[in-house]
Amino acid sequence: MSGQQKAAVVFDRVSKAFGPKQVLRAVSFEVPVGETLCILGRSGTGKSVTLKLLMSLIKPDHGDIWVDGDEITQLNEAGLSKVRRKMGFLFQDAALFDSLTLYDNLALPLRRLTTKTQDEIDSIIDSVLGQVGLAGDKRKMPSELSGGMRKRAGLARALVLEPKILLADEPSSGLDRITASEIDELLMRQRAEHQTTILVVTHDVHGARRVGDRFAVFDKGDLVAFGTAAEVENSDHETARRLISEK
Amino acid sequence: MRQMAEIGSKSLPLVVASGFALGTVMTLHTRSTLVMFGAAAIIPTVQALAFFVEIGPLVAGLLLAGRVGSGIGAVLANMRATEQVDGIESLSIDAFKFLVVPRVVSCVLALPLLTLFMDFAGLLGGYLSEFAASRISFELYITRAFENVVLSNFLAPTLKTAVFGFIIGTVSSYFGYTTNEGAAGVGRAATNSVVVSSLLIILADVILVKCIFFVFPENAL
Repeated sequence: MSGQQKAAVVFDRVSKAFGPKQVLRAVSFEVPVGETLCILGRSGTGKSVTLKLLMSLIKPDHGDIWVDGDEITQLNEAGLSKVRRKMGFLFQDAALFDSLTLYDNLALPLRRLTTKTQDEIDSIIDSVLGQVGLAGDKRKMPSELSGGMRKRAGLARALVLEPKILLADEPSSGLDRITASEIDELLMRQRAEHQTTILVVTHDVHGARRVGDRFAVFDKGDLVAFGTAAEVENSDHETARRLISEK
Repeated sequence: MRQMAEIGSKSLPLVVASGFALGTVMTLHTRSTLVMFGAAAIIPTVQALAFFVEIGPLVAGLLLAGRVGSGIGAVLANMRATEQVDGIESLSIDAFKFLVVPRVVSCVLALPLLTLFMDFAGLLGGYLSEFAASRISFELYITRAFENVVLSNFLAPTLKTAVFGFIIGTVSSYFGYTTNEGAAGVGRAATNSVVVSSLLIILADVILVKCIFFVFPENAL
């Protein structure tokens, strides 16, 4: 893999099966630093698994995965911890810790993984919550937040350690078009201001076309199309063409 | 501290109420038999030995297996189902150390303390039951209750509940932490936590009683 040092993320012939179900089949792609890749595909085609493999929450059966120059499939927990520090993950349902306030959800990684003072932590949290429009809600419990607020809170938590790479699993699912658009704008602003590499799994083609530089289309565990919107529109694969053309 | 409060102080009303009720009922049952043999004076001693040696530790263990074991199993399984465990891992935080270790440690520390409350609540229930029947004074009841109790009667059985706490913490954490069945797994994890913890506590009790007899042979007399 010649591009391993330049790319933020490299998948090299990665396969993953759960029991008899082959979820990913020898998938390879690269995401250059500072670009946004939108991963599209029908449900159950391995999109979310791709993000979880990247975060090493699950291990591939075959293949190599490179993150910011480190091959992660053979790393021990200490090595993985260092790599994960470079990444932020916005989960589909935000995955906020329901026993902690929004403030404590964001403070947790700062307290555990940094040597920042309480004042610095307060300042960072105020800043990040301000970015996502939740500055006045930091004392609320996750159960008190609406779906859109939870998504923004999840995004705030993913950003609190200033990741180089942001992974977002269906950031607009279950949201109205306006709220989804606000999330898209937050992602675009994050990339513009911090040159963050972003991988977004989404079914929202409209949003994907707004935020994405490149698009990966999965179908039945195979990566069937990869490239810019124009390249995918001219793909040989009918599902890829239909997906990217949806309005 | 939060886990200690959750596991310890929130279980206190259940443990005290159960101990009190058991103590009352036990005196009601034993009194008629002991009176028949002219041994009413040893009712406090029987009550104290029964609670300190076996009833307090075992019942506290089983009650906590139900209340705390099901809680830990369900909470961790729910966190797994809602990706909160993955969320912790994604923040470079060791989810096992963050979620499991505090719960196991809290169970180990809380069980002996809760057992003490159960023992003394049982004695209090026994006293009130006996007072209603014979108008015995509290001082006399306590004197008789403790006159044949030695430290090993009290200390070893109370400390064995730390093992019960370890069983509850590890078993329920295991079922909660390792489930991968989504929402359906939450109920299953809670049920399995209670059933397996309770069985292992009873089994461990047999082994630990034999160990206590080995270390303190006078307790076996």
